[in-house]
Amino acid sequence: MHAEPTPPPGRPGQAAANLPYRLPPRLFDARCRACWFSAAVLALVVASFATLDLQWAQFFSLEAARSMGRFLGEFFPPDLQPEFLRRVWIGTWETLAMSALGTALAAVGGLALALPASRLHEADPARGRALTRLVLNALRSVPELVWAALLLIAAGLGPFAGTLALAFHTAGVLGRLFAEAIENAPPGPGAALRAQGVGKLRVFLYATLPQVLPQLMSYTLYRWENNIRAAAVLGVVGAGGLGQLLAFHMGLFHMGKTATILGAMLALVALVDALSHVARRRLTR
Amino acid sequence: MTNAATTPPPARDPAWLGRLFWCGAALVVLWPLMHATEFRPWILFEAKNLEVTGDFLASFLPPAHSGEFLAMVARETWRTVAIATAGLTLALVIAVPLTLVATSVLSVSALPGRMARGPFLLRQAVRWLLIVLRSVPELVWALVFVRVVGLGPTAGVLAIALTYGGMLGKVYAEILESGEPHATQTLLRNGGSRLQAFFFGLLPQNAAELTSYTVYRWECAIRSSVVLGFVGAGGLGQQMDNSMKMFNGGEVLTMLAVFVALVALADRVSAGLRRALG
Repeated sequence: MHAEPTPPPGRPGQAAANLPYRLPPRLFDARCRACWFSAAVLALVVASFATLDLQWAQFFSLEAARSMGRFLGEFFPPDLQPEFLRRVWIGTWETLAMSALGTALAAVGGLALALPASRLHEADPARGRALTRLVLNALRSVPELVWAALLLIAAGLGPFAGTLALAFHTAGVLGRLFAEAIENAPPGPGAALRAQGVGKLRVFLYATLPQVLPQLMSYTLYRWENNIRAAAVLGVVGAGGLGQLLAFHMGLFHMGKTATILGAMLALVALVDALSHVARRRLTR
Repeated sequence: MTNAATTPPPARDPAWLGRLFWCGAALVVLWPLMHATEFRPWILFEAKNLEVTGDFLASFLPPAHSGEFLAMVARETWRTVAIATAGLTLALVIAVPLTLVATSVLSVSALPGRMARGPFLLRQAVRWLLIVLRSVPELVWALVFVRVVGLGPTAGVLAIALTYGGMLGKVYAEILESGEPHATQTLLRNGGSRLQAFFFGLLPQNAAELTSYTVYRWECAIRSSVVLGFVGAGGLGQQMDNSMKMFNGGEVLTMLAVFVALVALADRVSAGLRRALG
């Protein structure tokens, strides 16, 4: 970024006792990329705050504070009637089931898409590679919630649409990761089988898959953890699970019930976090 | 030895029984899941559903491309980016002080050995606060704030600020603690203040990693801000929701395409920056 200080002029062979005192670099230098980057970030932030009509005055006003306080106060006491708790429990189970089934479908779909998206061996022409990767990117860059809103039209309200939405988005994510894993697998065993004249499918099943399976499993488990969080909120657009209960009761201002549902959501997320933390520590030890 | 050489290799997969068993076991586990999620793929192909879906998909073409609509999409796209950026800036305002409090490397009382009880409890409390902030999904924060401040970008910015504040704070503290604490501790031992130790010991060591994580989170915030639009926080998501409710496929397709391009661009920018930081 900045030029190294040139050695001080003097007779050759005789170094100065002290380096000349240098001023700190100027704050902005046209040749300094970090300076341009910082300036751009600053401009972006200022422009963002300037163009959004943010209502801070309204948010920090006494009235807003009071309504916030009233709002939070209504959360207590949480609704703990056994009948309602049962519904929350069903919602929680639905959320878990959506995430598990969605992830499983995504793993299958992702593997199916990862095969055409990867170059299986050196001489593989891999004709569909670029196209499949484009499909994977499109699947991946649309968030679960948007998929859910789109799929509601075809699959109707309920957890089925949510499951499919999770599966679509996650298939994109996992497909890309799986393709990388398959391409990076050691080529030896596959080459040995291919030299014997074994067909493509069996080379994959008996040489490539066993080598990459642990990696695929760990990616899938990691995505499952993400999907439980996603599944909890998918219902806000009507795709089942805890989110649907939440949106329903919050819309009707049943604050006690909302508090219970939020508690269940937090507990679910915390439980999953703790489990995956323990599991990962086990695996890495 | 000779025996092994003369027997022909097994003609079929020797492990087929085990594989069959595990496939059966997977089905047994999947059955209750399918029941709970009302997994009935055939309803996708019922005549009535097929007709609705077909109509919607047919309305995708041609994508909406009137000048007025495109101008609106451009405006909303900028709003989406602005909500993400403003939200992340406020998240930093929340995360940085909390990180400074939570980082145990900056503890003076821990220098000789164990941390004193008071500071330990304070750090633990801040850590719990960060965990609570990040474990409430941003969509839920947005739902809450939409009730308090009304529809509009304020709710989205606040939701991103709180959730991402928690995420950034927790990860920043982890990054700062994972490095070599020697330089920082030397500064503290020789009478440097905590802030001095942070700025001259800890920060130069970890600046690249901290920046890279922040840029990655900015990319995530852009995705979130689209999603937040669906609960009324403004931006591309809200327009997409409106168009979907009106079954206007052409508009949905255009906005989806813009959105995919936006995410790809953010992805590219963030990957490039992270590579430049090394």
